[in-house]
Amino acid sequence: MTDKLDKSSAGAPPEDTPRGGEESAYSGPPEAIRAIPVRHYGRWVSAVIVLALLALLVNAFANGDIQWNTVGDQLFDSTVIAGAGRTLLISVLSMVLGVVLGVLLAVMRLSKNPVTSTVAWVYIWFFRGTPVYVQLLMWFNLALIFPVLNLGPIYKDEMTDVMTPFMCALLGLGLNEAAYMAEICRAGLLAVDEGQTEAAHALGMSHGKTLRRIVIPQAMRVIVPPTGNEFINMLKTSSLVYVVTYNELLRSTSVIGSSSFAVMELLFVASIWYLVMTSVFSVFQYYLERYYARGSSRSLPPTVFQKIRTNLLSIGRERSAA
Amino acid sequence: MTAMVKAEGVHKSFGAVEVLKGIDLEVKNGEVFCLIGPSGSGKSTFLRCINHLEKINAGRLYVDGDLVGYRQKGDKLYELKDSEVALKRRDIGMVFQRFNLFPHMTAADNVVEAPVQVKGVSKAQARERARELLDRVGLADKAGSYPSQLSGGQQQRVAIARALAMDPKLMLFDEPTSALDPELVGDVLDVMRDLAESGMTMVVVTHEMGFAREVGDSLVFMDGGVVVESGNPREVLTNPQHERTQAFLSKVL
Repeated sequence: MTDKLDKSSAGAPPEDTPRGGEESAYSGPPEAIRAIPVRHYGRWVSAVIVLALLALLVNAFANGDIQWNTVGDQLFDSTVIAGAGRTLLISVLSMVLGVVLGVLLAVMRLSKNPVTSTVAWVYIWFFRGTPVYVQLLMWFNLALIFPVLNLGPIYKDEMTDVMTPFMCALLGLGLNEAAYMAEICRAGLLAVDEGQTEAAHALGMSHGKTLRRIVIPQAMRVIVPPTGNEFINMLKTSSLVYVVTYNELLRSTSVIGSSSFAVMELLFVASIWYLVMTSVFSVFQYYLERYYARGSSRSLPPTVFQKIRTNLLSIGRERSAA
Repeated sequence: MTAMVKAEGVHKSFGAVEVLKGIDLEVKNGEVFCLIGPSGSGKSTFLRCINHLEKINAGRLYVDGDLVGYRQKGDKLYELKDSEVALKRRDIGMVFQRFNLFPHMTAADNVVEAPVQVKGVSKAQARERARELLDRVGLADKAGSYPSQLSGGQQQRVAIARALAMDPKLMLFDEPTSALDPELVGDVLDVMRDLAESGMTMVVVTHEMGFAREVGDSLVFMDGGVVVESGNPREVLTNPQHERTQAFLSKVL
């Protein structure tokens, strides 16, 4: 009896087991299941409905009064490209300002000094609590209340000369972003186990070294994904600097759009460029997250190319099996 | 023999809760000093006071003749700066119950980190030493593994190697085997036994009575923030004098 159990559980190859008679029913691999699958009628119905709606939408766009060739022509217009470049520039610079200031605010907020932590709290309270649009307008109109920027012996100039559209856009977006980045960084720093700080201190590491070498690298895993989202948001929010007359993507396309009576076409052009920028960055973000994931799981997640390759291979395998 | 650690009436409170109510003890140079007792008795807190991870509220605590966390001038005490505390901690290795390895670094990098960052040892030299230390704890082949790829017992042995890399004169062990599967405890205890034989001064908070009996030179039983009984581990464990000690040992042995 035990002999038989051992054999079947070990999954012995068919050559070893005796064939014929009643014994054969227990030997060799079991017959593969060939059952009639459950029919999912609901899936068919919903697919048909969705496709029908999609067809209506495509039909509407095909019959709409859209000059598709204008979209194609203007897509690589030099003004549009320059606008897209400025959108990218202002987004990156504002993000850099936001991250640097955000890290500083997060450290201030977590410090034991009540003055610095309160100041950080008030900053975050104000810049998170008011709309960016309003903040941009305030930077733009700053000269109304402070006609001259006077930094004592260091610097003195007319406010209107200092607050160029570029500076309004940079300060408006960057200082607002800093408030959000501060909260993201604070969450990241708090997410690192206290035992890590203790272990570093027990080894004789200073506060600064502990923060730089031990805490921040681990906090990055928590900080990077929401920061990527913030940047994608920033690429889109930067369209608001239209209001401070900074000539970014939306402004340069709408100028062309209103002069050539192709408003919607140029909005399509702008959308295509926004999509291109956010898509390219999403890929970059994936690799960044992969880098900071090292050590957190037993094996690194695959790269995009590895993913595509395994997907293709698995499709091929299924086909050859069928 | 001089005292490596000397405690005189050490008190420690967390808010209104008094955790240590006057600890007096002496750890001699080169001995293995075991602290046992029920949880909440203050033994881990006392251990953490030795390298100033916790500040004591009253009493005096000395390591190698120097006051912990303070400097005495006349009859006044001056608090040490963070950098001075860090300097003292270099000489005291600590092993934690939950290992606390740096998860974003490989085993070898964990061991290399402090000598390079704190002592300014060259990277090549630190790597060479890390190889030796990992070999000593039986993990020469795991140098390139991240902590998440190691078992609990392996992680704790890397943590011991990490502490040893600073060439400490005193090693503190805070329940080093309590978070381990029973079958992994032996490997860690073997490393600690080996370390004891090399003459390292060790203060060990533990629930491993077998280890205390075989390796320990002195033993203290703590309960409710005071030292209830102390002496030679073999005598205290086999023939406890105090009622509380008897009750505790009857439960754990």
